[in-house]
Amino acid sequence: MNAKKVMGLAVTSVMAASLVAGCGTSNNKADNNTQGGTTGGKKMTIAMVTDVGGIHDNSFNQSANEGLDRASKDLGIEKKVAESKRAEDYTPNLNSFVKGGNTDLTWGIGFLMADDIKKVALANPNSKLAIIDSDLSGDIPKNVEAVTFNENEGSFLMGVLAAKMSKTHKVGFVGGVKFALIEKFEYGFKAGVKAVDPTAQVTAVYADAFDKPDKGKLLASQLYQQGDDIIFHAAGATGDGVFAEAKERGAGYWVIGVDRDQYDLAPKNTLSSMVKRVDNAVYDVAKDLQAGKFEGGTVRTFSLKDGGVDYAPTTKNNTPQDVITLMDDYKKKIIDGSIKVPATADEFNNFK
Amino acid sequence: MNFADMLITILNGTIIFSTPLILAALGGVINERSGVVNIGLEGLMTVGAFAAAVITIWTGETLGLPGWLAPYLGIIAAMIVGMIFAVPHAVASIDLKADQVVSGVALNIFAAGVAMFLVKKLFEGAGQTTTVQNVFTKVNIPFLSDIPIIGPGLLKIYPTSYLAFILVAVIYWMLFKTPFGLRLRAVGEHPRAADTLGVSVRKVRYIAVILSGGLAGIGGGTLSIAISSNFQHSTVSGHGFMALAAMIFGKWHPVGAMGAALFFGLATALAVSGQVLGLTQYVPSEFLNALPYLLTILALAGVVGRAEAPAASGKPYEKGSR
Repeated sequence: MNAKKVMGLAVTSVMAASLVAGCGTSNNKADNNTQGGTTGGKKMTIAMVTDVGGIHDNSFNQSANEGLDRASKDLGIEKKVAESKRAEDYTPNLNSFVKGGNTDLTWGIGFLMADDIKKVALANPNSKLAIIDSDLSGDIPKNVEAVTFNENEGSFLMGVLAAKMSKTHKVGFVGGVKFALIEKFEYGFKAGVKAVDPTAQVTAVYADAFDKPDKGKLLASQLYQQGDDIIFHAAGATGDGVFAEAKERGAGYWVIGVDRDQYDLAPKNTLSSMVKRVDNAVYDVAKDLQAGKFEGGTVRTFSLKDGGVDYAPTTKNNTPQDVITLMDDYKKKIIDGSIKVPATADEFNNFK
Repeated sequence: MNFADMLITILNGTIIFSTPLILAALGGVINERSGVVNIGLEGLMTVGAFAAAVITIWTGETLGLPGWLAPYLGIIAAMIVGMIFAVPHAVASIDLKADQVVSGVALNIFAAGVAMFLVKKLFEGAGQTTTVQNVFTKVNIPFLSDIPIIGPGLLKIYPTSYLAFILVAVIYWMLFKTPFGLRLRAVGEHPRAADTLGVSVRKVRYIAVILSGGLAGIGGGTLSIAISSNFQHSTVSGHGFMALAAMIFGKWHPVGAMGAALFFGLATALAVSGQVLGLTQYVPSEFLNALPYLLTILALAGVVGRAEAPAASGKPYEKGSR
């Protein structure tokens, strides 16, 4: 009888021990055994920490990962990745690279990590860090390079597209979580719609999560049900659900993707994607770093002007040429400054 | 949005979100009716969701089998994997007489660890699977789907939802109309009496725990390949515990558990619909999102009247003991 109890305890403890298997960081050594890098000297190591979306989020984490892959292929850097499952993982993941000592630059992908980046950077002044999508409220430590994008400009073009293509004059927006960053998408999009079709109705909803495709799907189903025929999403992996719903409903239900060219998620239902070239930003910073240039303490902003945000090349597959021409007209006006695209609710209310 | 559309989206959302809960709660009912507590439903759903996503991707996208077939294979895989993962819990709690709650908690941790570890191995270090291309789509029944409100609201649902409702009937019939069901309930209420009459307590409990693993596995599979179209750490976030609550709320009865699961589904559907319907003007969206969990606590706190568990639930049976 006693032996049985011991066995029972043993079985349960073996099961509990496997908890460890789920944790830890993965060490992706992309094929870098052949290239020597352009400097020929010491091989650079660049690490990135994803936010909760993970590297297959079909969105900006994936884009950053692609940028690093390209950098490891062209520039011969070594790439390391850690994925965060929850907000509490950000600091330990960043620390695991920064304190490891062998990392030349550590990326935090996403504004959710802003506070963690600042904390880790201040505690480790000799390390180099960089962050996507946050200017750290203007107070940037000397060893951090901040990268932001003018998402409102690209979203404006998506609004122009949606207003022009909608048959019902009703379009929807699905956001991840309602912070200033995602509101840039919302109000840029709303302004674009307003510029072309002031009477069109835009319903903006938020899923309160970037990693819940099921919520995205239900929100999309409700927007389509109320007559919206085009939905623009800025919700990371939650947006996958928007594509799934459109695909299920079939022809006439459109989605506009975000961050990456998301055409392949639903080729028959994707009008366009507001691409945000996180990959280029990550690549450019890697290239500069290799050339010995690191702009710590500053914000680098990518906009419509330098191709940091734009509409996806696949837009032409489902969008008529005259609409694309109109988008290009607006694009010129934004670049030359004759249209100033709102980024907040206040700016939107004063728009036009 | 007019009233009919509102009703349709809420009804449809209710059914979709309650499906995984119904399936897992049915598993819980069988399990506890036989006298074994299963806190591990969450873990069984996790491995089910994982297996369904991986097998659907593998058969549909790698092997190139027809797109309609792949998700069915995925669901079958989810069931089998759920059954396999229920075995250690059965061994620990029936033969080894370990504490069933501890074993169930260990199962949850074990399942989450294994699933995440394998996802990282299979998908190049990523913490989630790629997007599943061949997911279940909602069934369109000719004529019936055209009935106003009921058609698009209640009948245009995933095949897994139909499966869940069919299984409620099947399990009701099994528990209350067959000799095996009578034995199962007897084993859960008074194992010594059943043993005296020649019923093998051990065998019946094994069957119940493994069946329950299969049902929870299917429930998890529904989450990954009908609702979410991928598997990641947050795919099964507390659904197993909500199913457990639905089982208690439903008083260990298949139909009651279904009712409770539908109620939780309604709460989730309302939470997600709140914004589109304009409810957030009156109630903060955070409150709406917390609603399903709040209701779970209220249900467990006994607001709905006393819930009586099967008498021998949670107690290992020692042959010949008094």
